[in-house]
Amino acid sequence: MTASKTDSSARNGRRGATQQKLLAFASLIVLVIGFSVANSNFMQVSNLLAILQAASVNGVLAIGVTLIIITGGIDLSIGTLMTFCAVMTGVVLTWLGAPLIVGVVTAIGTGALSGLISGSLVAKMKIPPFIATLGMMLILKGLSLIVTGTRPIYFNDTPGFDQISRGSLVGWVVPAFPVPNGVLILFVIAGLVSWVLSRTVLGRYTFALGSNEEAVRLSGVNADAWKMAIYAVAGAIVGVGGLLIASRLNSAQPALGLGYELEAIAAVVIGGTSLSGGRGTILGTLIGALIMAVLTNGLRVLSVAPEWQTVVTGAIIIVAVYADQLRRRAPG
Amino acid sequence: MVGRSAPPAHLAVRGIHKRFGGVHALKGVDFEVARGEVMALVGDNGAGKSTLMKVLAGALTADEGQFFLDDRPVGVNSPNDAAALGIQIVYQDLALCENLDVAANLSLGTEPVKPGWGFLPRLLRPLDELEMEVRARSAIDRLEVRTLQSVRAKVGGLSGGQRQAIAIARAVGAQSTVVMLDEPTAALGVAQTRQVLEVVKRMRETGHAVVYISHNMRDIFEVSDRICVLRHGSNVATYRTADTNPDEIVVAMTRGLDPSTSDAA
Repeated sequence: MTASKTDSSARNGRRGATQQKLLAFASLIVLVIGFSVANSNFMQVSNLLAILQAASVNGVLAIGVTLIIITGGIDLSIGTLMTFCAVMTGVVLTWLGAPLIVGVVTAIGTGALSGLISGSLVAKMKIPPFIATLGMMLILKGLSLIVTGTRPIYFNDTPGFDQISRGSLVGWVVPAFPVPNGVLILFVIAGLVSWVLSRTVLGRYTFALGSNEEAVRLSGVNADAWKMAIYAVAGAIVGVGGLLIASRLNSAQPALGLGYELEAIAAVVIGGTSLSGGRGTILGTLIGALIMAVLTNGLRVLSVAPEWQTVVTGAIIIVAVYADQLRRRAPG
Repeated sequence: MVGRSAPPAHLAVRGIHKRFGGVHALKGVDFEVARGEVMALVGDNGAGKSTLMKVLAGALTADEGQFFLDDRPVGVNSPNDAAALGIQIVYQDLALCENLDVAANLSLGTEPVKPGWGFLPRLLRPLDELEMEVRARSAIDRLEVRTLQSVRAKVGGLSGGQRQAIAIARAVGAQSTVVMLDEPTAALGVAQTRQVLEVVKRMRETGHAVVYISHNMRDIFEVSDRICVLRHGSNVATYRTADTNPDEIVVAMTRGLDPSTSDAA
C-alpha cells in the first residue's frame, strides 16, 4: 500500500479482490493457451468471436448482479427478468409496432422497475434478498409465460433489431476482427459500471453498504434509498441483457431464463467478488464470464460431451471460492 | 441535583423521562456539559447511561424533558436533529466500514464531489478523492493521532485504538460541538487505551463538549473534569473529578447517596 496517495479509488474495498483477479486472469490465460495447443481451431478468429459473443449476455447479467452482491445482497431474479425484459420488448415492437428505440427503452425501463421493486422488498420491507428475489424470479417467469401465452415473440417486423447483438460496428473499422455489437455493449457497460463503482458516490456507498450498513445509516445516509437505487441500476443492466438475448435469437423466448442467474453468479464468484459483500470488481466479473465462455467453447472444440462441461464448470466454481477462503484465512 | 459548577453549560437537559412499556428507564434526569469539558457519565448496568446517551443523540425520543443548547431551548427528536445541532455520538461498536480506507470512512455521508458534474444526479457524481484526503488529514492532525501512517490505509487493517481514534475523528469532523463516547476503551489494551485518552483530552482543547461513558474508574479519573453519577434512572450527584475519588464514585453508583452527604459537588 505504498503507491501514490491520489490513486486511491482502485484500492477501495478491493485489495483482497486483486489477488483473486490475478488468479482468475492467470487461469484465463492458461485455459486459452491450453485449448489452443490442444486444438489449432481454437485460436481462429471466428471461434474467438464466438467465445466473446457467448460471454456477452452472461457477462452483462453478471455485471448487474456484481453490484448487488457487493452490497451484501443477491439477486436470483436476473435470469427470468432478462426474459421478461425481452418479452416486453417484443410486446411493444412486434405487437404494438413501436419504433426500435421504444423497444430499447422498454427493455431497460422494465429492468429498472423490477430492480426497484426487488430493492424495495429488500430495503423497505426487510425481506432477505435471497427470498425477495426468489419470489421475483418466479413472478417474472410466470408473467413472461402469461403475457406471451407461452409462445415466442419474433422480431421479424423490426428491421435492424438483430443487429443490436449480431451486427458489428467494430467490423467497419477493423474488418479482420468484426467484434459483434453485443460484445461491444458488454465492454462499454463494464467500463461504465467500473467507473461508477470506483469513482462515484454510488460506488462508494455500494461498498460501504456491503461492509457495514449500520455505519452508513448512522452517517446520515439514506441507506434504504441507495440500496433501492443499486437494485434498480442492476435491473436496468439486466434489461440490456434482455435486449442482447432477444436480438441474438431474434425472438423473445418466454421459457428461457431460469439458470442464467446462477451462471451469472458463478462468473461473479470466479472473478473474486465476495458473496459476503463489501469486496469485488467489474474487471474480475468480466474475466469470470470469459473463463466460463472459454471453458464451454474449448471443451466443445475438444469434443468433450456437454454433460462434462457442466461438471467442470461446477468444479471451477468450488475451486474459485476455496481459493478465496484460503486467502482470507491467511494473515494480512 | 446537578452540581452548579463553573463553566456555563453548552448542552443541557432537564427532567428527562423515558419509559419502555412498564420500565421507567429515566426518571427526570438532569444533565449538562460545557465546551472544553469532559463530562463522565457513570452508573451501574441498567442505571440509564445508554438510554440517556441515545436520548441526547436523538436515537430515542424522551417522553418528557427539555433540551437547551447554550441556554436556548431546542428539540431533538431524531438523529438528524441531533446532528444538525452538532451532537455526535461514537458508538461502542464503532460503525466504521472496514473495507474502506480512513479517508473514505471520515467522509462517509458527506463525500466531496468534483465540481462541474452538476448535470448528473448526486449519486453518479465523481468523488473528489484529493479533497477527501485533505479533510481526513486535517481531522487526524487536529486530534494528533500520531500512529496512523496514511489516511489511505484500510480501516480493516488498523488496531482497535486507531479505529477508535478514527471514529472519534469522524464525530469531531462533522462540525460537531458535542461528542459522546460510549465505552471507548472497553475493548482496548493498555497502549491503545492511552492513545484514545490522549485523543479525548485533545478534544477538550479543540473546544468540544465531551460526554464520556465508561466503567473504568482509572480512565475516568484521568480524562474527565466532572463525573455525573446515575442510579436506577435518576441523578445521584455530579462531582468535580478533582474533589472526589474512585471509592466515593463507586459508592454513589452502587448505593446512592447517604442523605447527610448529598449534593457533594
